[in-house]
Amino acid sequence: MTPIERDPTWPEVSFQDRMDTVRFDVHERAHIVVDGSKCEGCSTQHCVVACPANLFVPTSDGGIVFNYEQCFECGTCYLVCNVEGAITWTYPDGGHGVVFRRT
Amino acid sequence: MADVDVDVVVVGAGPAGACAAIELARAGRSVVVLERGPFPGSKNMYGGVVYPRILDELIPRWWEEAPIQRWVTRRSTMVLTPTQALTVDFRSQAWGAPPYNGATAYRPDFDHWLAGHAEAAGAQLLCSTTVVGLLRDPGGRVVGVRTDRPDGDLRAGLVIACDGVNSFVAKEAGLYGPVDAANYTLGVKETLALPKEVIDERFGVRGREGVDIEILGGTGGVNGGGFVYTNLDTLAVGAVLKLPKLAAQGTRPEEIIAGLKAHPAIAPLVEGAELKEYSAHLIPEAGLAMMPKLAGDGLLVAGDAAAMCLAAGIWLEGVNFAMASGMYAGRAAIEALSRNDVSTEGLAGYERRLSETFVLRDHRKLRRAPHLVLSDRVQHLYPELITSVVERMFRVDNPNPKPGLRRIVESERRRLGIRRRDLARDGLDGLRSFG
Repeated sequence: MTPIERDPTWPEVSFQDRMDTVRFDVHERAHIVVDGSKCEGCSTQHCVVACPANLFVPTSDGGIVFNYEQCFECGTCYLVCNVEGAITWTYPDGGHGVVFRRT
Repeated sequence: MADVDVDVVVVGAGPAGACAAIELARAGRSVVVLERGPFPGSKNMYGGVVYPRILDELIPRWWEEAPIQRWVTRRSTMVLTPTQALTVDFRSQAWGAPPYNGATAYRPDFDHWLAGHAEAAGAQLLCSTTVVGLLRDPGGRVVGVRTDRPDGDLRAGLVIACDGVNSFVAKEAGLYGPVDAANYTLGVKETLALPKEVIDERFGVRGREGVDIEILGGTGGVNGGGFVYTNLDTLAVGAVLKLPKLAAQGTRPEEIIAGLKAHPAIAPLVEGAELKEYSAHLIPEAGLAMMPKLAGDGLLVAGDAAAMCLAAGIWLEGVNFAMASGMYAGRAAIEALSRNDVSTEGLAGYERRLSETFVLRDHRKLRRAPHLVLSDRVQHLYPELITSVVERMFRVDNPNPKPGLRRIVESERRRLGIRRRDLARDGLDGLRSFG
């Protein structure tokens, strides 16, 4: 297994700077809704590690806070989620959401 | 076909949808292509290489107009351990001249271009329109789609679902079995800017020549693989990560890319490059094992929506399967509409065409490959087995004489605790798939 090591000569950009490279045309309707109360009993919270946009934030009371705005619409979260009904997942309204440019 | 708005609705203007629409429109059928993004390709991301050979059937001399970045003339397969790298590097100048082989391209460019051919053939492209459900007749046959536009129902003689890896259309139609996260990988990538001359020099290419590096190992403890592709003045660097493994360990996707970029064999290639875009997308990785039913009454499924992605280690293809399956779906649709029979049986020409060509033949031949390539032994033991054998072969250990290859393999196998039986079985699986 390869340990994850950072080359000190070459700083990684901050996560916010990383997400700022992506264009989003955010719609007022949240296309994904997370019922954070259902997450309180979830011991794994796989979404926290797996979401490539890092949109799932654990709270001190064991729940999850989710922000839909910088979402890649990839589907990882609902696939790795272990709690029935915790994630309600739809695509954003037409024309909204992520707009890839050089992918 | 009474009371329909259009002969065919195609959901999704990616490569599958565009090719289906090209065929239908050229045959004189009315087609509407619905795209949820503001333009075709705006929701699409992939590793970075497309193999457009199948386009010879749709757009002769496509290479003279397709918006490609570089022609892949070098293919490297790399095996990494934390401190070692073994690369098999192949170069062919033939791939840098017509009729070409593979190319790097940005999907927002490529898909947009291909959908333009559907429009030129007479298809109507409707962007910024999300399909939210299917319309069915009392017998359950699909007779159109509901969109998120006001008065957004569109009735059609046939619907072709090209709505990508999550395909809510195919799922709503009941064509998928239970969805299992283990069948999916997450692709994450960075588009990194470097001056063209620097890329040319670091990768040993000129002009529009390009390089495709596929990497086994280097993704931390997560089963998957890495890649580095050259665009004209950017690199695509990223990883493909098996979802349950990614979720179950503690390293986030962007940290895995950072680890890959810091590897001594990769760092000199990407050093100093500026992050231009970060992106992520799911991949239907399991091939034949996860494929849905390909047709229902009034419905066909093509491309990623039908899990037609070939993730077989040395072959990583998807856009070509999407283009071909879309094209064959279009042809089967033309046939079914002209016979006025869009039942599952009437649409059987689709699967027949796929079975006669690479689309299903490659998937059948390589049905064991995705599982093998992502298995724990291939991922976490064999890279070290291979590199340590090579290291001992090339190490001059005087005054000791050179050891024989068989003895080295045997001692490294034992050191790593790999059972002979497992090695033999994996070797046989590999031969069956790739031989």
